[in-house]
Amino acid sequence: MRLTAVDRQAAALGLAPGMALASARAMVPALKVMAANEPADQRLLEKIADWCDGFTPFVALDPPDGLLLDVTGATHLFGGEQAMLDRLRADLKRQGFTVAGALAGTALAARALARYRRGAVVPLGADSDAVAPLPVAALGLDPISVHAFRRAGLKTIGQVAHRGRAELTARFGAGMVFALDTAMGRAEVPISPRRPLPDYRAECRYAEPVTAAETMLATIKLLAERLAKNLEERGEGARALRAVFFRADGSVRRIAVETGAPTREPAIIERLFREKLDALADPVDPGFGFDLIRLEAERTEPCQVEAATLGNDESRAKEIRFLVDRLAARFGAHRVLSLQPRDTHIPENAFAAVPAQYAEPMRQHWQRTRTAHEAPRRPLRLLSPEPVSLLAGDTVRLRWRHVVHKIRRMEGPERIAMEWWHAPIDQQGAPDRDYFRAEDEEGRRFWLYREHGIRWFLHGVFA
Amino acid sequence: MSASDPKFMHLRAVLAAAEPLGARVALGVPRLDGTLCGGLMRGGLHEVFAAPSHEAAAAGFVAGLTVRLGGPLLWIRQDYAGLEFGELAATGLLELGLDPSRLVLLRVPDAASALRAAADALTCAALGAVVIELTGAPKLLDLVAYRRLALAAGAGGVTVFLLRLAAESSGIGGAETRWLLRAAPSEEGEDWGRPVFDVELQRNRHGPAGHWTLEWSCDDGVFRPADRGAVVLASADRPSQAAMAAASAA
Repeated sequence: MRLTAVDRQAAALGLAPGMALASARAMVPALKVMAANEPADQRLLEKIADWCDGFTPFVALDPPDGLLLDVTGATHLFGGEQAMLDRLRADLKRQGFTVAGALAGTALAARALARYRRGAVVPLGADSDAVAPLPVAALGLDPISVHAFRRAGLKTIGQVAHRGRAELTARFGAGMVFALDTAMGRAEVPISPRRPLPDYRAECRYAEPVTAAETMLATIKLLAERLAKNLEERGEGARALRAVFFRADGSVRRIAVETGAPTREPAIIERLFREKLDALADPVDPGFGFDLIRLEAERTEPCQVEAATLGNDESRAKEIRFLVDRLAARFGAHRVLSLQPRDTHIPENAFAAVPAQYAEPMRQHWQRTRTAHEAPRRPLRLLSPEPVSLLAGDTVRLRWRHVVHKIRRMEGPERIAMEWWHAPIDQQGAPDRDYFRAEDEEGRRFWLYREHGIRWFLHGVFA
Repeated sequence: MSASDPKFMHLRAVLAAAEPLGARVALGVPRLDGTLCGGLMRGGLHEVFAAPSHEAAAAGFVAGLTVRLGGPLLWIRQDYAGLEFGELAATGLLELGLDPSRLVLLRVPDAASALRAAADALTCAALGAVVIELTGAPKLLDLVAYRRLALAAGAGGVTVFLLRLAAESSGIGGAETRWLLRAAPSEEGEDWGRPVFDVELQRNRHGPAGHWTLEWSCDDGVFRPADRGAVVLASADRPSQAAMAAASAA
């Protein structure tokens, strides 16, 4: 077993990561050891990255212990590069982390500086000067290459950079030269953020953390108004929105709502979040307050001009869509359903209840089974087929759920083939069914079927 | 008694003056519509109880009423209702003459959610009706809940139906009308099986109670009297109702 990480005190005693546990114990008998938990470390890093989202949406992980933030265009919000770096470090320190940070023109340069010259803020274009005195290991190459450089007498990045490129490429490969170029600020690799960046976002930062639920909703409405302006300029509406609440103590909560049609009305957006927040099983806990609330439009679609001249039908349809969105925000999209026809004769598959928010316009039309002036041929209530027994005698008796019904009339059969090309896997090879309508003495009307000419099932009840 | 009977007309005028009746939707059976002062009150709370094991009939009756009302429909059901009483079949609704595309189905985990959702939906004036299908007698459904639903229905002009399955049709209630439904044997003949309901109007805020056998005409979307003759029962719990009953007896 080997050490994977040591704290400052242990480092002062001469311990280092990579050392065998036995020799570390021999050096420091009182050593306190804890099993490494990589997944937990990874989760913690993700959490910190979430929190860093409050500074810039471009956050990338640099496992096992690094984060890369692209702060281009964000530094002025915090009073400059130095001030931003200081604030980030101070805030993380307050949360109990040991932080090494640096800010440079490229991600690799910043990464190297953070590890070997903490707190450096490199002015634009000075990357190569800043990186040159750092040891070769700062390039983040594999240990074999680092060892090879050392054997060649090249100790710093600057010394390596002085060698000819052709020579380096021949000896260490193109990858190494590219890494060198990025570290020196000659080439740039864009960082790939952890989350896809939303097209539209607006945020509100508070000097004094807010805790009141009403303030949170008022903020969302305010942000929605700003989003609406941007959306309107591009003629789009949001189908999916996300509110991100950054708590002052570092925890981050994301709440998403969806809409059935592109929407950009602030009042509607606010209402959807109100429903969602109200219905959360695990409510958003403000703790000591939120210092940043952000609203993002995750998915957008073109949306027609919202005019006051909407037709009557159109505005009614819109109201229904809004109701569906509200109900979906509160109860979940899978609970708000609309019914759609399916092209099959198998009764339980002839229609489907699909989430109303995602329901596509119907390609098929509803088709009645009965002809005009006929009695209904399909039941109002459809059960999953329940085995029943049918006893013949003077009167036919139907035994269903422990009750015997005297059947007064019966009509059939209507044969329904289990279309193998439509049937789901679990119904493949199911026998054809002979359906009967039956009415008992009291007027209850049942829908029964027979399989193989012997087994009876009750499949539904007519009105 | 006919609608042109002077006594009837007079009583109707008296009643109409006493309380605003709201918009009425005729159901298609003159005697029933007369009892209901012209039809089912739009923007009111109506409670429909299913007699034990007659759940499909009650659902069919409510479906018929929503066809009469027109407009989009929100049907709220509890999760397990599908297992116990069967799923609401789009094909079956279609056979009854209700276009399934008009329907939004909401599945909720419990009665509290059902009432909460209904309260929200009733603010949406574009809806024609809201059906709340409840099983048993939830404690939440007290007089306050009835009152709340009735007020919300009145304010938005959306009609709300409480479809009560496996519940006793007695006790409290603040509904405009209360019905008890069972299936009735369909007519003799080759093509039997049309929806025939044994309809008992147990409570009617604006008129007497009554008992009819109605047939739902799937083609025309109206109720028709079934060929069994109708009886109007006297109900003495309200003076105006007693008067109405006396008028009908005359």
